[in-house]
Amino acid sequence: MSFLDYAPAPESRAILNLRESYGLFIDGGFVDGHGTNFATISPATEERIATVSSADEQDVDAAVAAARRAHDTVWSRMSGADRGKYLFRIARLVQERARELAVAESLDNGKPIKESRDVDVPLVAAWFFYYAGWADKLDYAGLGASPRSLGVAAQVIPWNFPLLMLAWKIAPALAAGNTVVLKPAETTPLSALIFAEILRQADLPPGVVNIITGAGETGRLLVNHPDVDKVAFTGSTAVGREIARSVAGTRKKVTLELGGKAANIVFDDAPIDQAIEGIVNGIFFNQGHVCCAGSRLLVQENVHDEVLDRLKNRLSTLRLGDPLDKNTDIGAINSAEQLQRIRELSDIGEQEGAERWTADCAIPDRGFWFAPTIFDNVSTSHRIAREEIFGPVLSVLTFRTPAEAITKANNTPYGLSAGIWTDKGSRILAVADKLRAGVIWANTFNRFDPASPFGGYKESGYGREGGRHGLAGYLAPDARAASNARIEAAGTTTAKTTKGAKK
Amino acid sequence: MSRLTVPKTYKLAIGGAFPRSESGRTYEVVASDGSFLANAAKASRKDARDAVVAARKAVGGWSGATAYNRGQVLYRIAELLEGRRAQFADEVAAAEGLTVAAARAQVDEAIDLWVWYAGWADKFAQVAGNANPVSGPFFNISVPEPTGVVAIIAPQRPALLGFVSVVAPALVAGNAVVVVASERHPLPAISLAEVLATSDVPGGVVNILTGSPAELAPWLAAHADVNALDLAGATELAGETTWVDLQITAADTLKRVLPPTDGVDAVAASLHRIVAFTETKTVWHTKSML
Repeated sequence: MSFLDYAPAPESRAILNLRESYGLFIDGGFVDGHGTNFATISPATEERIATVSSADEQDVDAAVAAARRAHDTVWSRMSGADRGKYLFRIARLVQERARELAVAESLDNGKPIKESRDVDVPLVAAWFFYYAGWADKLDYAGLGASPRSLGVAAQVIPWNFPLLMLAWKIAPALAAGNTVVLKPAETTPLSALIFAEILRQADLPPGVVNIITGAGETGRLLVNHPDVDKVAFTGSTAVGREIARSVAGTRKKVTLELGGKAANIVFDDAPIDQAIEGIVNGIFFNQGHVCCAGSRLLVQENVHDEVLDRLKNRLSTLRLGDPLDKNTDIGAINSAEQLQRIRELSDIGEQEGAERWTADCAIPDRGFWFAPTIFDNVSTSHRIAREEIFGPVLSVLTFRTPAEAITKANNTPYGLSAGIWTDKGSRILAVADKLRAGVIWANTFNRFDPASPFGGYKESGYGREGGRHGLAGYLAPDARAASNARIEAAGTTTAKTTKGAKK
Repeated sequence: MSRLTVPKTYKLAIGGAFPRSESGRTYEVVASDGSFLANAAKASRKDARDAVVAARKAVGGWSGATAYNRGQVLYRIAELLEGRRAQFADEVAAAEGLTVAAARAQVDEAIDLWVWYAGWADKFAQVAGNANPVSGPFFNISVPEPTGVVAIIAPQRPALLGFVSVVAPALVAGNAVVVVASERHPLPAISLAEVLATSDVPGGVVNILTGSPAELAPWLAAHADVNALDLAGATELAGETTWVDLQITAADTLKRVLPPTDGVDAVAASLHRIVAFTETKTVWHTKSML
């Protein structure tokens, strides 16, 4: 037993008060879905946690109708101050039940409890707290005076940060006066269903938030529902394309947060200790199930060997295992399907000639696991440098000059995030200017904050979540105010001409 | 004795040059009374692709120029257009069958629109971006950057003002554009290219195609190196293709699409038209490492 071995320190599951089965949360209450029930399992043990309803067309109709009713009769008419107070209540209730939510999240998703407890759930509370304050200040959102809500928002979220993605979607939507139908991912519905109980404790009016569980077909029905005004989706680029096609020609406003293949660029003058931690945090945080993960390490050639040696040493100290253990660094892969994809792409990496290194760690007998893995000598044409693996797999490429680093970093159809590690301030700014990515971390990585807009360039999607920009995605300018602004703009032209030429 | 006039040959504007269509095709442009005005180039798929290549080459320099510089260049367009008011009024009047007064009014409005948008170049980032007070030791700032190459289907009318209304805002942030000009009234747009060529607008920043939007737009909507699509003038495409089809095509490459809007204000001057072709970049700078 080395000094790095720890006795098990599992977080207690006693705090959970789970039901045997969950219905759909529609119009303020749980109802049975008309689809086929399914089980949600713990990816760490494959044990069944609860049975969950599946929403079919009729259920989606009911949820959208409830949201429409709540929007038109209650929520959009309520004062912004009161909407804000509900959101503050929700933020506080999340804080009060934080540990319970963290345990549920780690159980259902497989992520280490230290992450769900210290990152996911605190950010969830922060997100509601931040947007709560916006609800009565919408005139300052950048759309002119008295912007209006869009109506019913259809929101479909992924399994990597189940409750955090829920907060990213629901908090701004509600602050802006919209109502919501949200579908959590098929493999991680649990925390959203507990959140529904929180909404009841907050006494949120029925129908303002509806949570319907199900698989891809439920999501498709929701997004394509004709009475939906806004679609917000986080997930794969393939599904994002499908949504972009399906909303073409409709009035629906769309936000898409899709895939990424972020470059994490390490220059030879980087603060190396921090850089190593940043690389680890960039790709091994949440088992690499992060759309903005720093999955491509671009390291300057003259420090390549040093960085790789230190990285391997560091990875050898990471503890993989029980997500509920407080000492666990790497939890379980979320599903058998995802594990299969990671294995497949890793095998392809070897076949294409990259050098594979895998941390030496014991893999539990049951559940879905993948040890932290590095591929060295990767070139830009390799599939592991182009495709999103969405797992704890790092592809290492080298560069000699800043120009080469920028070219390689931008050589991807994605553009979600990037990292820069250097001690030279002007280089940070120069490189940040040239990277085609929506979020750039300089001498840090994977930071999130409700005040900070997040979203991609190119095929990583469009629209922003977080901050004032995220709020604007749920608002439309007041028709009269917009018209006045245009007249004002046109007023700069000579008065005699504005009328005639506009027909 | 009347003097025999010297008519102009109207060609495309690609990469700072004025080529004919590589296809060799032209089509007849007529005045509102049906009389012959000119043969305009009928651009092909290859011309559209060449225009995208030229725009991609130009976008780095244009977006890399200072906002002050871009503002001055856009203002310069207004200056030169002012000097050629009479020529443009004649062209617009002939094309659309307007009275001289109405044509002049359209030209004046187009000039003033350049001035209005020019003034936004070094200001819109202050309105559309902001510093973010995150909970940690970070300096965090969000700024709008140009989306890249924007393909634009210009409105059919007004011939000059419609064109300027969609092109000017896309240029403000530093995008390079490929514009399909009005099919019926393409001549003022090509004449405007002469103004752009002498206004310090770098070659390739504005590429103008004349011909059939119904033929050209699907290629632009599908082109993987086009980042955004402005469908302002795509409401009345000939044939079976609709603007919705173009939006569906654009989904394959997740282009930003500005769908057409109805009404007299559809392409009116607005900050929204500038911001629609920008991407918000958020940069986190550590400030804990002393």
